[in-house]
This record gives sequence, structure tokens and C-alpha cells, in this order.
Amino acid sequence: MKEFFAQFAIPHPSLLIYIAMASIVLGTIALVAVVTYFKLWGYLWREWITTVDHKKIGIMYLITALVMLFRGGVDAVMLRMQLAVPDNTFLDAQHYNEVFTTHGVVMILFMAMPFITFFFNFLVPLQIGARDVAFPRLNNLAFWLFFMGMGLFNISFVIGGSPDAGWTSYFPLAGNEFSTSVGTNYYMLSLQIAGLGTLMTGINFITTIMKMRAPGMTLFKMPMFTWSALIANLIIVFAFPVLTVALAMGTMDRLFDTKFFSIGNGGMDMLWANLFWVWGHPEVYILILPAFGIFSEVISTFARRNLYGYTSMVWSMVVISVFSFAVWTHHFFTMGQGALTNSIFSITTMAIAIPTGVKIFNWLFTLYKGKIEMTTPMLYAMHFIPLFTLGGVTGVMLAMSAADYQYHNTMFLVAHFHNVIIPGVVYAMLAGLTFYWPKMFGFMLNEKIGKATVWVMSTGFVLSFIPMYITGLDGQARRMYTYSDATGFSLLNMVSFIGAGIMTVSFLMIVWNIWYSFKNSPRNISSDPWNARGLEWATHTPIPNYNFAITPDVTDATSEAFWDSKKNGTKLFKGKIEDIHMPNNSGQPFVMAVAFFILGFAFVFSMWYLAIVGLIVILGCMAFRSLEDDHGYHIHAHEVEETEKKYAKKGGAK
Amino acid sequence: MKNLKGTLLSFMALGTMLLAGCNDKLTVLDPKGPQAQRQADDTMLLITLMGGIVITVVAILIFMLFKYRASKQSADYEPPHIHGHWLVETIMIGIPVIIVIFLSVVSVKSNYIVESTPQGFEDKEPLVIYASSSDWKWHFSYPEQGIETVNYVNFPADRPVEFKLYSFGPITSFWIPQLGGQKYAMADMVTTLNLAADNPGEFWGRNANFSGRGTAENMFDVEAMTATDFDEWVTEVHANAEPITEEKFNELLEPGHLGRSTYTGTHLEFSPAPHHEHHDDEAEEDHSSHE
Ligand code: HEM
Ligand SMILES: [Cu+2]
Repeated sequence: MKEFFAQFAIPHPSLLIYIAMASIVLGTIALVAVVTYFKLWGYLWREWITTVDHKKIGIMYLITALVMLFRGGVDAVMLRMQLAVPDNTFLDAQHYNEVFTTHGVVMILFMAMPFITFFFNFLVPLQIGARDVAFPRLNNLAFWLFFMGMGLFNISFVIGGSPDAGWTSYFPLAGNEFSTSVGTNYYMLSLQIAGLGTLMTGINFITTIMKMRAPGMTLFKMPMFTWSALIANLIIVFAFPVLTVALAMGTMDRLFDTKFFSIGNGGMDMLWANLFWVWGHPEVYILILPAFGIFSEVISTFARRNLYGYTSMVWSMVVISVFSFAVWTHHFFTMGQGALTNSIFSITTMAIAIPTGVKIFNWLFTLYKGKIEMTTPMLYAMHFIPLFTLGGVTGVMLAMSAADYQYHNTMFLVAHFHNVIIPGVVYAMLAGLTFYWPKMFGFMLNEKIGKATVWVMSTGFVLSFIPMYITGLDGQARRMYTYSDATGFSLLNMVSFIGAGIMTVSFLMIVWNIWYSFKNSPRNISSDPWNARGLEWATHTPIPNYNFAITPDVTDATSEAFWDSKKNGTKLFKGKIEDIHMPNNSGQPFVMAVAFFILGFAFVFSMWYLAIVGLIVILGCMAFRSLEDDHGYHIHAHEVEETEKKYAKKGGAK
Repeated sequence: MKNLKGTLLSFMALGTMLLAGCNDKLTVLDPKGPQAQRQADDTMLLITLMGGIVITVVAILIFMLFKYRASKQSADYEPPHIHGHWLVETIMIGIPVIIVIFLSVVSVKSNYIVESTPQGFEDKEPLVIYASSSDWKWHFSYPEQGIETVNYVNFPADRPVEFKLYSFGPITSFWIPQLGGQKYAMADMVTTLNLAADNPGEFWGRNANFSGRGTAENMFDVEAMTATDFDEWVTEVHANAEPITEEKFNELLEPGHLGRSTYTGTHLEFSPAPHHEHHDDEAEEDHSSHE
């Protein structure tokens, strides 16, 4: 009995972890109490947990992403605080290793990924004039699998111990021999479960975009965000299976002592690195392409002009997606693979900078002869352009393999990838969030606070990350929990810490903005408050569950269908209101995802009986589903008409 | 417009601050050997070229933002619909293509340079030193001299050095920034790093790849000496140091940090390096003299 509980104890407890534990327990109790007191369980179950509405699933991804942004953010501040002064003892080596490992995983997989998936879900069906995604119930399952993977990862630091081998989890360090707690088991299993959800999302959205576009919407009339979503999802479908296989092999190494990657018996440590980056490099493009899509929407809206070079924008993304699979070796130029191999991957990597540059120039020329309005989303985009360019050119520096021998594993690399991911992905997500906020929640975020936030964030960003380029060139290696005063790194690390503090302020300003606007913003806004261009703005606010009463027909329109209808009077809604077929909600995906969580947890601790229980429930759900008859339901034409009349009274789009 | 001026000013302030902060040369840009020299030259070239690109983008951006702000235009101005222009798009793709071709040529040349015997040392027989890592220290074995050191390495400045790298544990990365960039040391293969020092001098080296709890302190001292000093040191080691025994070596392999120590003989005799040399794609001569 004692032994049974001992395995769940954390190997390296500290005061910080105990505080976290206590606050998790108290927070959970408070949450349950509130939900029970306000009798919300039924509402949550009917309206959210079992929902098949792409908009609501999107919002659940959004909430997850924002929560994880704050979890990862706290980690980041702890890391910078530890490095702020030399020989600091705030965190010990082990704790620091756990924090940077979870920070990386949380930010890439549980913050950035759900954030872009939120946009896929919320926007893609609206932009292509569809009523839902191709497989609505699969969509719900994908979310819950992702969510359970996230949950499993997040309990690691209070039950059994966090992973500590870096977000790249290189073997043999991540093998049993050197990483003895269950932390890396959590890594393997939670990424596996969340990854399954992501793969489902990929298949779902490719099908949706290929099959469910409104009449008249040819591929080259798709809005730029939908294009970026299509390509990102294609990359997902090609890249994620590699991660699945690598994680399965890694799990076997850890649980069954196979020797795929471990030392001895023919294990090949660099095989893990190869498989990881065959997925990992495309992964960074899965993140950045949708971000490019969002910026394209924002920039053309607020330059009040069509996007310059639409076709070259599309082709550059296609080229990037193909090349993203041909550069993974640049993550280990220093493996000793020789001059020829390094030369090849050096060139393919630099080649990616060309289509990326094309996009930057297209955005710049979209401003040409425009009528630029500096709204908050636009301000994010305008900060993105120079900052991301800086990140891109330092990427080219890293791509010079011989010189990379000096940058690899240093703070220079850390500066590069934050320089592309923060102004690229995070700014895009926040710009898109501000842009689409009124569409989701029916009120605008405050513009004054919004713009101030961008300035504060950029200031913090520059102070945090630019110094790292310098300390990197001065020899500061990454992932080192401390350094001595003699190195001379201390001043710049202190600047970084101050920058991190300023960035924290900017994120708190976002929370404040949401609260402030929730209290004070007017609710009688039109459904098109920004005077925007895409089909998604041709819906009512709030969007009814069927999205469009009549399926739009964009035969006469360009890729900016709504703009055309506003400017040229192009008719979008031809035909008359008919019965609308809708899918039913279902609780099965949730049950199945919970079973996956149990299965994952059981695997982490090698509790085979529990694993069998989880497996039986999963198989049971599948069997049940295959025998089930579910034809959905219809919203009758007269109900739709009544709803539409109500909107007409409120004003807004026709 | 206030915003833009603000940005410019803050960038300038930052630039000055940074420049002031690094009066003494940054380690990587202060090379003391031919390999590091090449890497530092490439870095300076890249910084200049890439700086040019950033400045161009920022200049165009500022121009556009000044010129086409809504607040500067009449209320009834309607921006035109512009698809693109073949000339603009050709320039926009052409210039980056030229830059990338140029950098590719430089990159390929540099690759062959850093992977071969350092320039200026071609006619000298390289000194082979095995550098193996264990949690969290470095073992240096000199088969030619028949000695072994822990956490420090000495070598003559008039000979190229061929470091043969491997690991007794997690992947590590052997790095002496002033002499040249890093390379991985792994448990299942041996990799080769060619370095040389222009003149006698002292440097620091470290494991740059995360390898667990003790990584931060996983450093070693490097000294390039004159040939006579080196020979003297070797003689001294033979006179004073204890031989390395299997027992002693296993003790050294236990995880932990140790100071410097010195032995006669090498562990390669009873615990040879992994067999599998990493197959470089060019036919590479094996200089190692033992076995
Ligand atoms: C102009 C395009 C880019 C080029 C040429 C480039 C090049 C590189 C190279 C060569 C490395 C490996 C460096 C090393 O390990 O020494 C690297 C690392 C990285 N890059 Fe980029 N990159 C580019 C754009 C991006 C973008 C758009 C993202 C993300 C949205 C990104 C995210 C990353 C990340 C996360 C790493 C480091 C992963 C790690 O080791 O933890 N890069 N990049
Ligand atoms: Cu990459």
C-alpha cells in the first residue's frame, strides 16, 4: 500500500511545488463548488462538453490555449529569474531542467497548437461558407483527446515528477538509465494522446476545405487564412505520424526496455533526433503558416486594400510546406555527418528564406496606396514585420552550417526561435483574437488598452531576447541553470529578466482589457465592426448555430466575397431558406477521451490492470459508435426564418 | 507618427547600449585559430548582409506607414485594387535568390574548410586526442604520448589537433569557442573535430549540449603551448602521475564533478572507443595511430 502511493510522490519536491499543489487542490474545489452552486453541470454538459458546433469547440481550444499561455509564462519568468544574476540559488539544477522542459512543451504543443486550432475551428467553416466541419463528432473527439493529453502532461509536476530531458527529449538522456523518474513517460504518452487529436484535426480540415466550400469558391478564391489552414493541415497529416512512431518507440524503450534509442544493444540515439526533427521542423511551419494567414487578413483589412500578390502568397506557402520536410538535419549540423550532407541541408534551409521573404514583401506592398488604419490588430501586424524579419535573418545565419557550429546550443539559437515564434505566432494569435473577438463575444476589446499592450509587449520582447544574441556569441550555452560572474553574462541576463517582467505586464494588460471591455464596451455593435472583407463577416453576431441561413454563392465574387458585396453589391445569398440538417451532440467522444487519459496515466506508472480498463472502455466506445444510428436533426425553414427575423430587428448584416 | 519616432529612438538607444556593453570582443568573434577565424569571418559577413536586409525592410515599412496613413488622406479616397506587377515580383524573388546562391557558395566552402585540417597546418602530422565525456566531466586520452587527463587539455600550438569525440553517457557537445565550433560526442560512434591554435594561449571549453543535472558545470581548461613546453609537460606527467587503471577509471566514470587530474597510460587500452566511426560522406583518412 505504502509502495503504491510512493510511486506518485515527486522525486524533487520544493516549496514552489507544494504551493502549486495546494493551489491546484484549492482551485479545483472552488471550481467544482461554483459550478455546483450555480447548477451549471447540465449546462456545461449539454452546451459545451458534448457539442459538435465548430464555433464552440473553437472557443474551448481558445480557453485551453490562454490558460496554457499563463502556465508557460510563469515557467518563463522563473527561468529568467534564475538567470538574472550569476550563481543564483533560486532554482536548483534539477528544478531548472524540469521548468525549461515543461515550458517548451507547454508553449509549443499546448499553447501555440490549440491557438491555431482555435482559428481553424472558428474561422475555416465561416470563411468557406460552410455550416460545419466535415466530421463534427470527430472534431469533438479531437478536442477532448488534445485536452486529455494536455491534462496528463500538466499533472506530471504534482504526481510522480516532471519530464526533465528538454522539450526535444534527446535519448539516451531521456532513457531510463539517465532519466529515472516517470517524467519522460508523461512526455511520451501525453504527446501521443494530444497528437492523435491533432492528426484528426488535420484530416478533418483537409476534408472540410476540399469538400465543403461554398458554390463558386474555387481554390484560388479561398481567403488567405483558409489557404494557410489547408496547407498547415496537410503538413500535420504528413508530419504527425512520424511523431506518433517516434513516441511509440520511445515509450517502448522506457516501459519495456527495448533499445531503439538507448545506449547499447544497437540503440541509435541520433535516430530519435532524426525522427523528432522530421516532425519538429515541419511543426514550426504548422504554427507559422496559419499565423501568416491571420496577418494577411488583418493587413488587407486595415490597409483597406486587397492583398498584394495573392497568387505568389499561395505558392510561397506551398513551396514552404514542401521544403519544410527537407531541412530537419539543420538541427544537428554538429552531429558529424560531414561536409557534403551539411552543405545540402544548409542550402535547402536557406532556400526556405526565399518564399518567406516573398511574403514579407507582399505584406509591405499591400500597404502601398492603401489607407492604413492603425487598429490594435494592425499594430500587432506592423510590429510583426520588422521583428519577424530579424528572426528570419538570424535563421539564415544559423543555416550556414559551418558557422552554426558556433551558434548551435547557445543563447543565439534561443534568441532566433523566440524571435520568430513570438512576433510570428504569438502576435498573430493575439491580433486575430482582438480582430475576431467581437464576432465571438459581441463586444469590442478596448482599443486604447489594446494598443498600449502591443507597445509594452514589443518593448519587453526586445529587451528579453535581443541580449541573448549577444550572450550567445559571447559563449553562453543554452539550458545552463547558472553561470559565474567571471563570464560577464550577468548584465545582459539582467536586462533579459527585466524584459520578461515587462512582457508579463503586457499579458496582464490583456486580461485587464478583457475584463474592462466586458464591463464597459457597448453591446449594440454591428456584425461587421471593422469594415472587413471576408465571408466570415457576412454572418450575424452572435453567429447562429447554422452559420448561414442560406448557403452563400460566391460565383460572382473574388476571394474577398463580403467586400465585393459591400462595394459592388454582389449578391451572396441567392435562393431561399430551406430546412437545415444538423448533427446531434454526443457524449461518447468525451467518455472515450477520458478513457484515453486513464490509459495514458496507467501506462505512465505501468499499472496494467488500470490500462486494461481504459482500453476496454475505448474499444467499447468504438463498438457502440459503429452500431449506432444517428441521423442528426433538421432545423425547419420556418424556425430559421424566425431566428433571422430576430436578427433583422437587431440590425447588422443582411 | 509619434509612435514611429518612439520606436526609432528606442532602437537607437538600445543599439548604443548594446555596443557599449560589448567593448571587449565577444568570444566567438575573438578567434584564436584558423577554424574559429573562418567562422568569425562568416559571422561578420552574415551580420552585415542580414543587417542590410533588415534595414531595407524597416525602411520600406516606415515609408509605407508615413505615406499611406488614413489620417493623411481625404475621407473619400478609395484604395485601388492591385494584383501585383511582374517586375516587382521578379525583383522581390530575384534578389533573395541571388543572396541565397551567394551564401550557399560561402557555406559549402566553409563546410569543407572546418571539416579538414586547419589552414596553414596541412603539412604537419596532427596530434590525435580522444575526448570522451562522462557525467559531467571530460577525459582526454593521448595515445601518442601515452597519457590521460581529466577536465583539462594541453597541446602544442604548432600542430593541428584532431579531437576524437565520444561519450560514456548522454550526447554531449565538445566546444572550445575561440578555437572553433562544437561537435557532438555520442555513445555509439566517434566524431572528429579538427582544431588548431595560432599561438600559445589559454582558453575555456565546455559541453554545450544539455546532458542532465550537472551540465552547467561541465567545463574544461584548454592550453595551447609551445612545442618545448608541451614535451616538458609530457615528460613531467610520465615522471609524476599514477597510471590509469580500470578500477580507477570506473571510479572516475561515476556521475559527479571532479577537478583536474592526470594519469599515465590511457583508458583506451582497456575500454576502447566505439567501433563505429561516423561515416563521413567524403572518403576520410583515418589518422588514428593506435589499435
Ligand atoms: C527564414 C526562415 C528560417 C530559417 C532559415 C531557420 C533556421 C533555423 C536553424 C538552422 C535552426 C537550428 C539551429 C541550431 O540548432 O543550431 C533553427 C532552429 C529553430 N527554429 Fe528556425 N528558421 C527559420 C524560421 C523559423 C520559424 C518560422 C520558426 C517558428 C515558427 C522557427 C523555429 C525554430 C525553433 C523552435 C528552433 C529551435 C528548436 C530547438 O532546438 O529547441 N524557425 N532555425
Ligand atoms: Cu528547423
